[in-house]
Amino acid sequence: MSAAAPPGVHVRIARLAYADSLIFSGFSLKLEAARCTCLLGRSGSGKSSLLRALAQLLSASVCELQIECSDHLPLTGRVAYMAQEDLLLPWLNVLDNVTLGHRLRDRSHNRPEVRDRATRLLGDVGLRGSARAAPGELSCGMRQRAAIARTLMEDQPVVLMDEPFSALDAITRLDLQNLAARLLHERTLLLITHDPLEALRLGDAIYTLDGRPANLSEPLRPRGPAPRPAGDEQLLALQARLLGQLSASVP
Amino acid sequence: MIAARRLMTFAGLLLAWQGIVWLTQAPGYILPAPVAVAAAFVAHAGTLAHHASTTVVEIVSGLLLGSLLGFGSALSLSSWRSVRRWLLPVLVVSQAMPVFALAPILMLWLGYGMASKIAMAVLIIYFPVTAACFDGLRHTPRGWLELAATMRATPGNLLRSIRLPAALPAAASGLRVATAVAPIGAVVGEWVGSSAGLGYLMLHANGRMQIDLMFAALVTLATISLALYFSVDYALKRALPWHRQTLADDEEENQ
Repeated sequence: MSAAAPPGVHVRIARLAYADSLIFSGFSLKLEAARCTCLLGRSGSGKSSLLRALAQLLSASVCELQIECSDHLPLTGRVAYMAQEDLLLPWLNVLDNVTLGHRLRDRSHNRPEVRDRATRLLGDVGLRGSARAAPGELSCGMRQRAAIARTLMEDQPVVLMDEPFSALDAITRLDLQNLAARLLHERTLLLITHDPLEALRLGDAIYTLDGRPANLSEPLRPRGPAPRPAGDEQLLALQARLLGQLSASVP
Repeated sequence: MIAARRLMTFAGLLLAWQGIVWLTQAPGYILPAPVAVAAAFVAHAGTLAHHASTTVVEIVSGLLLGSLLGFGSALSLSSWRSVRRWLLPVLVVSQAMPVFALAPILMLWLGYGMASKIAMAVLIIYFPVTAACFDGLRHTPRGWLELAATMRATPGNLLRSIRLPAALPAAASGLRVATAVAPIGAVVGEWVGSSAGLGYLMLHANGRMQIDLMFAALVTLATISLALYFSVDYALKRALPWHRQTLADDEEENQ
């Protein structure tokens, strides 16, 4: 776990535009500290752009934004990012992929304490026996588990996830949602998804994004701790509502 | 199975060759029969080996030097914008000049020894290697770069751990092309002026109407080129095992 308590994050985007298409204008979103915020939207609603803006992957010419953290420290360097693809490097084995951050920052990936922690995390995600395997030998679900371990290895208080489970089959997806809920709670989490059930199982606050420039809906706040059981009646009722909101939205 | 198929192809080619000799009744100084060429192989084994070793040294040195130069140029092209601005047009223009036309000038500057032949081979492979490596370095998948950015990678580590390995498959294609064309450079160099090498031997044999020896030299050259190509191909496949997994099935079939 991170030493410091995870901060809340308030992002304000004055303007985010590609070429002549304006995605966000005067947009504001608050991520509550140590909670999971879910963002749902149809394809092209700008949800990935928002996440990339938060990860500071967009150039200033594309995006003008202001990020404030509740602990008044900058967000830069305190973010772990997990994309839709697992982004494992095929020439490194699973363990070396998990320690990639250390390799890229200061080549400290071979220190015993780093390798020990990575091995422990691989155990946590159920890949204890695959540390030496090449990513190409793993199934989709296992690769995504390795990506979760790599994200946890970064040990950042804020975690951004962009549809991390969308390429998986339904059962594997439920498994990995449980895993993520168990391992990522107590961090400030922004999860982008197009699966209403996933948002309702994991999210403490769920927003939908629609229109251009994009607007944020009122948040839904399902009761009970994550991961909520998929068959919960409360969830099913909320899922119907979310689906309604999404199908009414303009992509 | 594969070996048997290759052997049959080879035997078929020899038969066709012999068949053409029989059918056309071509005299030995136009198209020698396979048996005559084989006899020339035996009779001139020492001469052939001597000239072949010269050509091999020229090809391999040219290949090593040209690949290193190409790789280095690609690296500087991708690292510095100013290099890109100045060097890229020069590279493109240099391709408009036929390398063969430079051969006499290289002879003049570098002499009749090996240096001018190695220079020819370097010149002929420099562009394909540079272009392939530069392409590979430019097209690192965006997802990896973004992940590295969120991990606060230093530029040096990013290059070493992601951009370089990601460029290797493209660089390998460049190297394969280079291996296939490097012998052309060396032999053209030998034709223009030399006192050793298979290219020299072919011209020499031609002048003395030893067409069987000329064919023997040609077969030796082809064998060297093929052996070199398949060794490089094999080494590259062993060095990039992850790349093999992404190849299409039909490509595996053809191996």
